Amino acid sequence: MSLDEQTKDRDTSLLEVEPATPAAHDPYLKGVSDLTATSSPTPPDVWARDIQSVATEKNVAAFERLFSHFAPKVKGFLIKSGADAALAEECAQEVMVTLWHKAHMFDPTRASAGTWIFTIARNKKIDAIRKQRRPEPEDVGWGPEHEPDQEDVIGLQQETMKLGQAISNLPEKQRNLVERAYFGDMSHSEIAAATGLPLGTIKSRIRLALDRLRHAMK
Amino acid sequence: MAMSEIKHHLSDDILMAYASGNLPEAFSVAVAAHVSMCDTCRATLESFDAIGGSLLTETAPVETGADAFQSVMDKIRQAPSEAPVLRNATPDFPTPLSDYVGESLDEIKWQPIGMGVKQSILHTQDDATARLLYIPPGTAVPNHSHEGLEMTLVLQGAFADETEYFSVGDIELADGSTVHTPIAADGQPCICLAVTEAPLKFKKMFHRLVQPLMRI
Repeated sequence: MSLDEQTKDRDTSLLEVEPATPAAHDPYLKGVSDLTATSSPTPPDVWARDIQSVATEKNVAAFERLFSHFAPKVKGFLIKSGADAALAEECAQEVMVTLWHKAHMFDPTRASAGTWIFTIARNKKIDAIRKQRRPEPEDVGWGPEHEPDQEDVIGLQQETMKLGQAISNLPEKQRNLVERAYFGDMSHSEIAAATGLPLGTIKSRIRLALDRLRHAMK
Repeated sequence: MAMSEIKHHLSDDILMAYASGNLPEAFSVAVAAHVSMCDTCRATLESFDAIGGSLLTETAPVETGADAFQSVMDKIRQAPSEAPVLRNATPDFPTPLSDYVGESLDEIKWQPIGMGVKQSILHTQDDATARLLYIPPGTAVPNHSHEGLEMTLVLQGAFADETEYFSVGDIELADGSTVHTPIAADGQPCICLAVTEAPLKFKKMFHRLVQPLMRI
């Protein structure tokens, strides 16, 4: 079986895992952000492929889809974090510029598109709103000579969906606490609210992906 | 940095505080440096990043300016990708630390603080202080402890207290209430990165971070 066929098969099986309206799966439809903003469960991470297209072929159409979907969310996130609308707009644009330049660093076996974009937005928040430097761990990435395994990519996406559902299912009070911890700067003792989120499995998957990466880098 | 067998890790609370961007800069240097050396903590950190990702995914969009996309494309065209930073093939420090102190141990400007021990303070925001410590073999690690959160990351050599041994990559977390006298191991000097809270900020951070471990 060719790689393309394998990928196609897995895409199909992924669709079967999470039946939803076709529109919710299709990043190419206008207005999809409205559908997904409040919908649950989260659709599969079609955005990961767009980031990879930006990385490998500087694909402007893929970048525009990412922009339409994520830039308004990043702007909303920055406003929730205390930025005024003008600063949030400026920073959201800078986040998208960073996405373009760093797309090759995205590893879909360790992060969903949303997670990766969150880390860029969080760093921008620290830099622009808090006026602090953000020390980041040393990069580890696949580099041009290795391709991440599709099965790992899909496994990570499924765990991300489960985590997203678990967060949506938290009682509202707890969910607000988690949100304020990540978007604001609330005291951390109250983050115990996040206890019970199914982080064990996603953590194991990321650990496995890191082991594979370290092995490939040798 | 070479990966080694790391036995002493960061706590979930601290990794989550770092993931959500709520840790003072000086502590963030130590967290980023340890995570650079420790895939166990990197996996935990990235799973906490995933919580942020899920929240972002569910965030209600706020419309961007009419010309936002065009303006982003202009910025991309004006500022092509940054050239990769050329780094020493065998740096003495993980990159988040060498961004503050340079890549070579020989470049550090040490300040003697007695008993052969030397320190070099990093330039960070002042709500917490990060310093490199140089401790000769067999010498007691200076008691930099006041109260509050304290992190000590071993970069070279090792130190031990009455019960535990910390070698390269290990990070010791203390809250100031633990009375102990760590001593640098024999053989080679111990170089570590020690981070302490600014004394007046102690109560706030203490309550934020020294909490029972979250179970995940």
